[in-house]
Parts: sequence; structure tokens; C-alpha cells
Amino acid sequence: MNAVRRSLLKGAGGLGALSVAVAAGLLKPTKVMAAWNEAGFNARTVADAMSAIGAGGAAVSREVVIKTPEIAENGAVVPVDIVTDLPDVESIAIFGEKNTFPLVSQYDVTDFNGLLTTRIKLGATSNVRVVVKAGGKHYTATREVKVTLGGCGG
Amino acid sequence: MAIPMKIRALAKGDGGEIKVLMSHPSENGMRKDNSGKFVPAHFIKFAVVTVNGKTVLDGLWGPGVSKDPYLGFKVKGMKVGDKVVVKIESNTGEKDSIETTVG
Repeated sequence: MNAVRRSLLKGAGGLGALSVAVAAGLLKPTKVMAAWNEAGFNARTVADAMSAIGAGGAAVSREVVIKTPEIAENGAVVPVDIVTDLPDVESIAIFGEKNTFPLVSQYDVTDFNGLLTTRIKLGATSNVRVVVKAGGKHYTATREVKVTLGGCGG
Repeated sequence: MAIPMKIRALAKGDGGEIKVLMSHPSENGMRKDNSGKFVPAHFIKFAVVTVNGKTVLDGLWGPGVSKDPYLGFKVKGMKVGDKVVVKIESNTGEKDSIETTVG
């Protein structure tokens, strides 16, 4: 347990040093790249991660459809298809509810046409949650995936 | 270090689909190797896709994205001949890009 704590602290220190380097202009981030959502990705609970992306009050919607295998033999690679008929989709975020860090990825999209496919890691049997922001509102849905072998190390 | 990638973009109906496959370990920093040491975190943090210079997808990724990440999505208004560029950057500062023409 202590080893985990050490490495986490070390990791945090590393990130700190990196941001100092960025601030000092030593490492110029590419212009097109937006800032990484530190707060969202470091959140330990889905609720915190959702607030971090501004989706705290997301409404459950049947317009957001998540397609995954019902049972994922290997949690390290779980295919996820997100299908939505919502118009004016602005962003999409994916969460593994029982992962140590639930926020998996988030996407800002333009001219989105209803389908996004990716592959994520799931640490244990849990819900995959998707939040879609469309027309200024957040919509969410979940789907349970049974994991036989966890994909988050340990 | 280069990140090997494959890309395919096809027009269909009033839009098209872009598919990108990357070859990357996507280590979350919590996995131990055979000697019991933690493997340092090494994953892709940014993925930006443009069609003819217009950003259609701006992705922020955490370590929860699987190894050898796959990204596929549908875009409105994409036509045969449009230029698609994908740029990615990892947490260790590796950068790479790949481009293709919509077929």
C-alpha cells in the first residue's frame, strides 16, 4: 500500500514539475492541443468527475445508447460504441464507474454524426457511463459490463 | 518516439466515418512488471482530428483508454477528397500525426 502511495506522490510531483516547465516556456504545448482536464481525470468518483466536466446535472436520456459486450472477458480492452440521435452534439465523455479514476476520455466534437467508437479499460464489473452534451444540455446513460479479468493492473 | 498509427476515412451518404488505430502501451502507472516494480504511466493524452483544417474532434484521454487505442466516429459533410489529419500527444511528450484523403 505504501509503495502505491509513494509512486502516486512521485507521480504528482512529476506533474507539478512539468507544469512549472510549461509555465516557464521551456515546453511549449502545441497550439491545437487544449489543456488536459486535470481535475476530471484525477477525480476518484464518477460524481466528482462529472462535476469537473460541468455535467453534474446530466439528465438520464434514452437518446444516448451505449453498445458494449455484456461480458468482457478481458477488462483491459472493452469495446464501447456510443450512438445518439441528439442534434448539435458538442461533447462526449466516457466513464468506467468503478475504475480508480472513473473518467476515461472526453471529446469535443463538431459536425458529429451520431456514432463514436472506442475501447476502454474497466477495473471491475461496473457501469460504463456516457455523458453527451448537445444543444447546451447534458444527457447521460449507463450500461453494465461484466468483467471476468480486471484491466487496471494490481 | 513515433507512435505507429493507421487511418481510414470513407465518405458515405451526407458524411463519412474516420477510423484511427494507434499502437501504444497505454500504461496507467499502476501496473507492476514481473520484478514487482511499477511500470511508469505512459498513455496518450491528446487526440485532435481535423477535416480540411477544421477541428471535428478534440479528445482528452486518460489512462483508462485501452492499450492500442482505437477511435472511430462519424462526421457530417465529409466528402471524397477531403484531407483528414490526426494529431496525438502522449503524457511523456511524444507527438505524432497521420493524414489521409477521404476515399
